[in-house]
Amino acid sequence: MKFIDEYRDPAAAGRWLAAIRGLVTRPWTLMEVCGGQTHAILKYGIDELLPREVTLLHGPGCPVCVTPLEKIDRAVELASRSDVIFCSFGDMLRVPGTDRDLLSVKASGGDVRIVYSPLDAVRIATENPDKQVVFFAVGFETTAPGNAMAVYQAKRAGLGNFSVLVSHVLVPPALEAILGSPSCRVQGFLAAGHVCAVMGYSEYIPIAARYKVPIVVTGFEPIDLLHGVFLCLKQLEEGRAEVENQYARVVSELGNRPAQALVREVFGVVTRAWRGIGEIPGSGLGLNEAFAGFDAERRFDLSAVGPRPEPAECIAGQVLQGLRKPHECQAFGTRCTPEHPLGATMVSSEGACAAYYQHRRVVGGQEGSR
Amino acid sequence: MCLAVPGKILSMSGDDPWTRTAKVSFGGVVIDVNLAYLPDVKVDDYVIVHAGFALSQIDEAEALRIFEDLSGLTAELGEDGEPAV
Repeated sequence: MKFIDEYRDPAAAGRWLAAIRGLVTRPWTLMEVCGGQTHAILKYGIDELLPREVTLLHGPGCPVCVTPLEKIDRAVELASRSDVIFCSFGDMLRVPGTDRDLLSVKASGGDVRIVYSPLDAVRIATENPDKQVVFFAVGFETTAPGNAMAVYQAKRAGLGNFSVLVSHVLVPPALEAILGSPSCRVQGFLAAGHVCAVMGYSEYIPIAARYKVPIVVTGFEPIDLLHGVFLCLKQLEEGRAEVENQYARVVSELGNRPAQALVREVFGVVTRAWRGIGEIPGSGLGLNEAFAGFDAERRFDLSAVGPRPEPAECIAGQVLQGLRKPHECQAFGTRCTPEHPLGATMVSSEGACAAYYQHRRVVGGQEGSR
Repeated sequence: MCLAVPGKILSMSGDDPWTRTAKVSFGGVVIDVNLAYLPDVKVDDYVIVHAGFALSQIDEAEALRIFEDLSGLTAELGEDGEPAV
């Protein structure tokens, strides 16, 4: 396929690896922000091909993984109601709540539907006027434009039976939270290409300057990732800390302005809790007052579903902050598998634990394939 | 949720800017995509789609530049990454 095959070319990858080897003079630790990048790195073995001096840490960019347990429990509560059709992106269905997940609600007769676009949920609401339709509005800046459009169009159509359970998160405050931690080891970031396709990259410029870290907007194919690593290492070796755009075929500095405008109209910045990490100020989106009537947490009484403790054995929070790697968990691959996950990082197609499970033969706290 | 591959616009339909739709092919798999956020695209353009919305158009000149940069670098360094002499 055009714009894919050439970015998976082994010969080009070999030449980028040679360029990286010729560049590195000392140890460096980088973090790829997006879970999609983590999966590509593990799938193609990029972390193992890089020189020994280069360590890749895996970042928090997995929306499924960082959605708080309380929100999952609220989703389960809503989906269990006989008057509700609960709509969600597919990857949320197997995320463990305190007692069960959305898939088990569906299995026991709840009307839980997987949708590809949030507009599908709006259509379902139009077609089912005697039901309440709730859409689970999760994700980073990439899904916010679609979710904003769904709410905007529901309001435009005067749909009284549509609402959203919102758990939207934003990348830049999470980077600042990671960089502000005393245990932070990250010296450079590969920023999430598709988040920047929506938002542009100007908001990363003050972060790079304040924390003196290079931030390279990077794509998702092997050649993109190697190129991103190369640009980031080049900055580090030369003592620079700038924002660079590796993914210029998709990302412009200003991003998608119409999308940003509608997101701003529908959503405002709020403090959000991140699963396994905790509250980060200004790190999420919530519905603005003009759209508050579409907030499922206002429409339904969910006050009985409050914060609950995480499974004690799960280290997902530390994995999401780059403090530990998935295979360092004693439950990895034994008591925690994609079929029976303890934490969301083992479930999601963007979760770091799932990436290690799928692409690296590791068992019981030992990495076997190296 | 943030993963996406480029798709090619096969056709477009509708006049309402909020609901204009394109048929987009991803290696032969065709889906309907909302064009509200990319009003200026045309048939045969490649776009990045998230959750049913086209959010970015592929810049073909930029798509080639990474390989031009690599050629320059390889000429400078040699295939093994050591400076060419």
